[in-house]
Amino acid sequence: MEQLLGFAVPGVPYGCAYAIFAVGLVLTYQATGVFNFGYAAQAYVSAFVFGWLVQVHQAPVWLAFLVAVVALGPGLGIAMDRLLFRRIPPTHGLAKVVTGLSLLVGIPSLLPVVFGNQNLVGLPSIAFNPNTVYFHLFGLALAPINGVFLSSVVFTAAILVVLTVLLRATPLGLEMRAAVESRRLVQLEGVNADRVVSAAWALSGLMAGLAGVLLAPTQATLQSQAFLTLMVAAIAAAACAVLRSMSVAAAVGVLIGVVSLVAQGELPTGSVWYSAVLPALPFVVLFAALLVVPGLRALDDSRDPLASVDPPPPPVAASVRSPQLERVVRPAWWLLLLAFAVSMLTWMPRAWETVLDQGLAYGTVFLSITLITGLGGQLSLAQGTLAGVAAFTAALLALHVGVNFFVGALVGAAVAAAVAALLAVTSLRLRGLGLALMTLAAALLFDNAIFSQPALTGGTAGITLHRGWLGAVDFFDPNGHAFFVLALAVLAACAAGVRLVQRGTVGRELAALRGSEVGAAGIGINLAWQRVLVFALSGAVAGVGGALLAVQRASVAPGEFNYQLSLAMVVIVVTTGVRTVEGAIQAAFGFVVVQELLQYAPQRFSGLTFVLFAAGALSYAAHPEGIVELQKRRWTARVERIVLRHPPPPGALPVPAGFGEPVAGEQR
Amino acid sequence: MTERGAPTILEVEGLAKSFGGVTAVDDVRFSVAAGESVGLVGPNGAGKTTVFNCVCGQLRPDAGEVRFDGRPLGDLPTYRRARMGIGRTYQRLEVFPELTVRDHVLVAARAHLGGGHLWKDLLGRSATTAEERRVVGEVLGLVGLGHVADVPVAALGLGTCRLVELARALVAEPRLLLADEPSSGLDAHETRALAALLHQLQVERGMAVLLVEHDLGMVGAVVDRAIVMDLGRVVADGAFADVMAEPEVRQAYLGVR
Repeated sequence: MEQLLGFAVPGVPYGCAYAIFAVGLVLTYQATGVFNFGYAAQAYVSAFVFGWLVQVHQAPVWLAFLVAVVALGPGLGIAMDRLLFRRIPPTHGLAKVVTGLSLLVGIPSLLPVVFGNQNLVGLPSIAFNPNTVYFHLFGLALAPINGVFLSSVVFTAAILVVLTVLLRATPLGLEMRAAVESRRLVQLEGVNADRVVSAAWALSGLMAGLAGVLLAPTQATLQSQAFLTLMVAAIAAAACAVLRSMSVAAAVGVLIGVVSLVAQGELPTGSVWYSAVLPALPFVVLFAALLVVPGLRALDDSRDPLASVDPPPPPVAASVRSPQLERVVRPAWWLLLLAFAVSMLTWMPRAWETVLDQGLAYGTVFLSITLITGLGGQLSLAQGTLAGVAAFTAALLALHVGVNFFVGALVGAAVAAAVAALLAVTSLRLRGLGLALMTLAAALLFDNAIFSQPALTGGTAGITLHRGWLGAVDFFDPNGHAFFVLALAVLAACAAGVRLVQRGTVGRELAALRGSEVGAAGIGINLAWQRVLVFALSGAVAGVGGALLAVQRASVAPGEFNYQLSLAMVVIVVTTGVRTVEGAIQAAFGFVVVQELLQYAPQRFSGLTFVLFAAGALSYAAHPEGIVELQKRRWTARVERIVLRHPPPPGALPVPAGFGEPVAGEQR
Repeated sequence: MTERGAPTILEVEGLAKSFGGVTAVDDVRFSVAAGESVGLVGPNGAGKTTVFNCVCGQLRPDAGEVRFDGRPLGDLPTYRRARMGIGRTYQRLEVFPELTVRDHVLVAARAHLGGGHLWKDLLGRSATTAEERRVVGEVLGLVGLGHVADVPVAALGLGTCRLVELARALVAEPRLLLADEPSSGLDAHETRALAALLHQLQVERGMAVLLVEHDLGMVGAVVDRAIVMDLGRVVADGAFADVMAEPEVRQAYLGVR
């Protein structure tokens, strides 16, 4: 018993860390209607500024607390509301998720750019001294209660009580809950809904800041990665509470922390349970909760009765081009492709050819996002994982069975398609946010339980590809162009395939599904089959891209296909345009070129790629077609007006007489 | 077989559905003959749309059974019921904003015929066939949408979108059409034209129509028989004029006997 307590007591602070984040996620969702993926980034900002003031500027702890938590926390929350989330229509659940992800990816990368690279070590506690043992639980020597334990428990309990009272027993709490249902309807009742929602975001920001400063002393060195992992684990606790009950979220959070530590102590260290299941425990809980809890099936369904006043998404540029312009644009694209190919084969410097080769491989992976999000209307946060599944399958088949890597890549793509289809089948009842969380849980399960097994994936270094695995052609020859030709052919084939699907019956049926699932089922479209089909297709394309990336790098390593990459990929593709094939390709080349250019900038700017793309993705709410696609549509309109003297294509075609004025979006 | 001798196409037996503690539909039973036109009328909240949703499979009833063409529908999903021949239009519009009017009808035709396959798309063999063009053109002409065929529905008005829903349902040649308040958003002239069209379709195609509608003038012009619901129960079933004269119906509609 004493030994059990000895493991359980250190688990409580971990559990409280999950609990504080989970309570924050539930609070934000309850008070604003947004599942805020950016919560971890908010917490990290406050912790970072707190540490920077205390360590770099020797500010007193109380002053640093005031600045980082009391001022910066709510300020950041209000800014996020005013500049971003307020502009998202209530029905646009996907935009809320993408905006949150952009903040999660962008903010931690922005801090070194602003403050320089800081090594913040051993940050002070705002309450109890972490190193002091205050007493022993039940007098047991193995159960010391130190400052970390006390501050975790005391603050978690206090936060829980204060927030519950505020939301359930105050007029402001009532107004917040009403504003979540429909901000516009609350305004019609005479309530200043903007003020109420700003207050909710300020409170949520304060909570995030407090969580950050409370958790900072528990880390040896302050790193955004730890906050991200912590939040993802906390999502499991929040999901178990159906994003409704803060007390249940806190209880599950503490339980996960305690069970993890007890299991860590009790399980034999060499077993699979210890090495694979235990690190993935929070994600197993999240996976199970999403499968079992009915309340998680339609998390982002809008209940706003006035949601129908929002307009439908604008058309993509290609659909509003006149035939005359189309006759110019199409050959121009072919000419550009020809010029690119000739340049790569003739004068392109070696370093840049490598960069652009990588762009071709990423472009193939990114096309899988066009399929699942652009065509399927669903968000998958596991595309990087699926790419990794195929790459590792091919490498393992070559390593252990002697199968040619390219044959293995086809098998790998099939395996990735099967994994994606299985994921779709298990989550048929989920959509929107629920489905996104499910794919995130799957990505984390792979990261922690499968990709992390050195016996399987070769540890951090991964598996090195040998020249002989790839057949007679030398794809690793630094002076040859074999990889370029291969990658270009594969990308072109995948892009053509996606275009054909987009224009074909499946594409039309998916467009119907995006418009109305009820209407689509009513005309005989099998929603479940379409979901599984688009997941499997995107899995296969991601797999092919993953194998290409492996050949380009001559290795397959777990770190190249982790869940952070999956999150970043979504943000990057959404920035340029998720609804078109060229959007994915532009995203890939933009990504690798910006990364390469930043090599020449000071080291503090290395994360600027993610900042730039995240900033672009923040416009997703206003322009779901992507900023590049938006510019293309604007330029199309200009060229049509100035050169061809056509009236500008407004995005809505003329309506015949007798049918009244257009009422785009009315009751839709 | 019904009293008129035509085979029964739809039978609803003891249907019940509650939402939380609220009983929306309670022991509803009625039948519709093949080619018959029936009005399902009643005040707001009577449970008419809930009955439609149970027939289409969008809601699973708590009790009771729905049979189509003699076959119990049980847990059959909505798309399977649609392919069996149950067409539907919706009270709250369920159109696909990104598609044109023509694509709406085409996608419905292909979904009905099961002609869409991934391999055909990938081989570039998904182009519209001459037969599809003919069928789609015919339906668009029938509902008077030919001149807006290539307009995205996002640019159309509410009344036109209702006609798009109707065309989308008709292209699958349903044997039973469930029309949920189709005149909502239409002016008097358009409502009369729609009533005439529904009547024509029923007569010419032998299609049964189950019509939920608040415009009793339109119901009278389209239906042979009316079923009146109030507070989740059927309170009258018979010829339209007779039913509307019954005291329970006057009580439900006007609050007077």
